Amino acid sequence: MGFFRKQRYLIDFTLSSLSRRKGKNLGLLLVYALIVFMLASVMLFTHALRKEAGIILQDSPEIILQRMVAGRHALIPADYLDRIGRLRGVSEKQGRLWGYFYDPAVKANYTMMVAEQHELTTTQVIVGAGIARTRGIGIGDYITFRSYDSQAFSFQVVDILDANSELVSADLVLMSEQAYRRTFGVPEGYFTDLVLKVRNPREVRKVAEKLSLKLPDTRPILREEILRTYDSIFAWRQGIVFVLLAGAVLAFVIFAWDKASGLSAEEKREIGILKAVGWETSDVLRMKFWEGAIISLTAFIFGYLAAYAHVFYASASLFDPVLKGWAVLYPEFQPIPFIDGLQLATLFFFTVFPYTVATIIPIWRASITDPDAVMR
Amino acid sequence: MLIELHDIKKVFNQGRPNEFWAIQGISLRIEPKQVSCLKGASGSGKTTLLSMIGCLSRPTSGRIMLGEQLLSGLPERFLTEIRRHTFGFIFQRFNLIQGMTVLENIMLPAYPLGPRHASLLDAAHRLMGHFNLSSKAENRVEWLSGGEAQRVSICRALINDPDILIADEPTANLDTKLSREFMALIDELRQSGKTILISSHDPLVFESPAVNRVVELRDGQLVRDAD
Repeated sequence: MGFFRKQRYLIDFTLSSLSRRKGKNLGLLLVYALIVFMLASVMLFTHALRKEAGIILQDSPEIILQRMVAGRHALIPADYLDRIGRLRGVSEKQGRLWGYFYDPAVKANYTMMVAEQHELTTTQVIVGAGIARTRGIGIGDYITFRSYDSQAFSFQVVDILDANSELVSADLVLMSEQAYRRTFGVPEGYFTDLVLKVRNPREVRKVAEKLSLKLPDTRPILREEILRTYDSIFAWRQGIVFVLLAGAVLAFVIFAWDKASGLSAEEKREIGILKAVGWETSDVLRMKFWEGAIISLTAFIFGYLAAYAHVFYASASLFDPVLKGWAVLYPEFQPIPFIDGLQLATLFFFTVFPYTVATIIPIWRASITDPDAVMR
Repeated sequence: MLIELHDIKKVFNQGRPNEFWAIQGISLRIEPKQVSCLKGASGSGKTTLLSMIGCLSRPTSGRIMLGEQLLSGLPERFLTEIRRHTFGFIFQRFNLIQGMTVLENIMLPAYPLGPRHASLLDAAHRLMGHFNLSSKAENRVEWLSGGEAQRVSICRALINDPDILIADEPTANLDTKLSREFMALIDELRQSGKTILISSHDPLVFESPAVNRVVELRDGQLVRDAD
């Protein structure tokens, strides 16, 4: 019982010690929490983006086949579908029509695509939420696109794509095949690329190899490669933000190191008094350990919770221009709340642990010195 | 408890250009349940000698005995144990912890022992009552007068009921009236069976009838020992 009472007295003293240096400790807590907030926001958000991309790509075709001419992506003739023939493992194959359209009105690129699952007439379109927001249009309104030969065509917006898929659909325009061919001048019998569904994921690479052999002027792109690309893009963007934040982190490290490694005369004197009145070195260390742990843990919890709210409830509004990276039509979407244990542990290890240890070293130095020398 | 010093020497900054011999071979025997006063000018080595007796620092050479126990050479952990149970300190500048209340300062030495909170509070209140500090219990120590801070310092020194009280220049920051009051308290503590060791160059202290013995130091050496 005496042991537990002693720990309670030490924690009581620690809390009283923290409240005695309110200004200094609050300042430290604030800066510390801000750093954790920024780092955790970037980590949570990029992780959520990767996860989101993974979920969205889940239902996409396993293989995209593009025709290459002089190293460039070119239109692919429809008879390539017949030339593929019957490949073991391929459950479905079809041509796809898509492209980019530059809208000078808002200085943004749209992704135009033929709607496979929607019955649209030649004057109807479905647009992404980003376009609807930027152009200020809703269902029933008209939108005009200028075709490859400078003719203007008006389309009625019959639907707006679900905001849940906004990460990939913000800039999307879905139209009929006829309207698409007319807008871009793509002749009948040609597609932008072909898509193939493979039932068994283990056969995907084998099918891709066979495609390359059968159609040497084509390039198969696997879904897993797209996922990997997304992954590295988000990792790269995360890295960029970390570099941008490095200055702030460095300032904090210097600040924390200064605070942690140097004791003020008042703090040294206090340690001397405690030792003189009968506190053991371990008591002083434990008390100071609690002090460091309370500050760093509180800052970590506040910073992390604020980052969680920022990312999952405010859509990471501070970082989205850098992390999402769309030119103009930033998608507005609510990432699915998710915490990665390893990520949390890494952040904890690189913030709470070094601070607590750095705090202990100078205290240990002061507390192993004779109390008389410390007080002098 | 008898305290014996055998050829104690203390040197600061040994081997450096600013090397300084604060104590140059002092042997002394301090009888229990008496008030002994170390007298001497500033820099004579009084505080250094007191801090070695009270296990706040270690001698460079020589032996310090507390009863049958050899103190010099004991590891820090054991010195802390002895300091905690045997000695109570009253410092020249009181050394109270600023920002804490009178009550918290008094209870501080007892925390590492982990006593029951109720009994610790009871002991602290009893001491505050005895030293006329009850009304100041919740006041922060920086708001106290010199005399009050001195009494808080005495209460803190007594909270673990030590056998030996060490007071370093206790009247240096007090006026004549408060100094007399302090010596009256010392006399009272002596009568209760405490061994008291005071360092001072204040005649009000070393000429006080409460003091049983005066030992004079000069330049780190013992020059006079009078009962």
